[in-house]
Amino acid sequence: MEPLSNVRGLTCQECKRSYPVSPVHVCEFCFGPLAVDYDYAAIRRVLTRARIASGPPSIWRYRDLLPIDGEPAVGGHVGFTPLVRARNLADELGVREVYLKNDSVCHPTWSFKDRVVAVATTKAIEFGFDTMACASTGNLANSVAAHAALARLHAYVFIPADLEAGKVLGTQVYAPVLVTVEGTYDEVNRLCSEIADRYHWAFANINLRAFYAEGSKTYGYEIAEQLGWRAPAHVVVPCAGGSLITKIWKALQELHALGLIERPATRMYAAQAEGCGPIVTMVKRDSDVLVPVKPRTIAKSLAIGNPADGYQAYRVVKDSGGAAEHATDEEIVEAMALLARTEGIFVETAGGVTLAATRKLIEQGRIPRDEPIVVCITGSGLKTAEVMESRLAQPVRIGPSLSAFDRALADLKSITRA
Amino acid sequence: MPVVVRIPTPLRRITNGASEVVAKGKDVDELIVDLERQFPGLRERLVEESGELRRFINLYVNQEDVRFLSGRETQLKDGDQVSIVPAIAGGA
Repeated sequence: MEPLSNVRGLTCQECKRSYPVSPVHVCEFCFGPLAVDYDYAAIRRVLTRARIASGPPSIWRYRDLLPIDGEPAVGGHVGFTPLVRARNLADELGVREVYLKNDSVCHPTWSFKDRVVAVATTKAIEFGFDTMACASTGNLANSVAAHAALARLHAYVFIPADLEAGKVLGTQVYAPVLVTVEGTYDEVNRLCSEIADRYHWAFANINLRAFYAEGSKTYGYEIAEQLGWRAPAHVVVPCAGGSLITKIWKALQELHALGLIERPATRMYAAQAEGCGPIVTMVKRDSDVLVPVKPRTIAKSLAIGNPADGYQAYRVVKDSGGAAEHATDEEIVEAMALLARTEGIFVETAGGVTLAATRKLIEQGRIPRDEPIVVCITGSGLKTAEVMESRLAQPVRIGPSLSAFDRALADLKSITRA
Repeated sequence: MPVVVRIPTPLRRITNGASEVVAKGKDVDELIVDLERQFPGLRERLVEESGELRRFINLYVNQEDVRFLSGRETQLKDGDQVSIVPAIAGGA
């Protein structure tokens, strides 16, 4: 398909000042986040369900709604992940219809971050950068390192020093310069903001933020397309910086504005860990003032105490008529085990947070039991394997003989009966 | 109380390109008054008309967010370092 010139510029989401397309991330006047401003009239003239359906099985089928000028430079297989009808889980939760939007199998680094990084890397090349960088709670680190390798760009990746082993190794393997910072993610972020000021690098989540964040919309487009071009009734989303929930919401609004779906009556729900839940706290207190926290949770990918998009995430929950819930560390691990046991899907701690919050919202009557619910799964369980280790059944170890197996089986059966 | 204030890129036009400036004040409020005296126009970039810090600005004293200290009343002493940092996206 012919690419469109679809972007008009950047607009401050707070004070509405306009900026040309460039690698700047905040409004020079009020520091508000900048968002990409599209020429929707031009897009509407060409974009149809058929045009999307004839595109590749990746995020690039929605290329008309992404802020790149030329052809995608990377990410040929990113996105278009399964929307799984979870019947066993629905039985367990006592609800009629649950879907898992399963980005634990997103290519190539098993999290939804591949969507945003594919867009950011393409944009970095368009802007002429030779170096990618990011501050990350883990998933972004994996994805920036992998995509920079594919695009033959240099990569500098900054993470908190206490991340899970899988997230660290899953970055190192692509051979970026990996810097582990002795501090929280919020401290890594503050440092990177100063580094981004000094070095001319494409920081995915700093100076490319406006473009990078748009990649998350594809998660929302896919949900609607995979439901047969309709918006879901309820979507539960994990929140860290708060960007994803705002972009899923934006995706549904855009599809409606372009005439591709009916007006969405979707309610959006925010899920965070109890040990780091400033956005959920805003919703529970019904206050638009974000009070930052010092994170203390096993859900490290969500451990952002000072979420940049916290205010917008709060607004989406409120405006959509949704709600929000915290999950304790124990509830997170229980939910991870529940999903593995019922659906055969192993998700990272963030997925545990989302499912645990979903369960509580259902039990509280905030999410009705007879309407379709989408639970957003954003990363693979192998990335945060250590949280499960202590609670898993040990394997049965035997010698290589049939009699040894028979004895072991008899033992197992006697334990099961007892 | 002279303290060093680190200025982010978007505000350097007002500080004539300087990435660090020296300003005085016994607390954050007074510091902002002194910054405005030296660099007219800086105050409205940092605070709302009400005097509250803007929603998307993070102010750090010696690497601690002032919201974990005493906000605008956070006390300053000789040699403190103050950073002005825009909010940064991340995670989900």
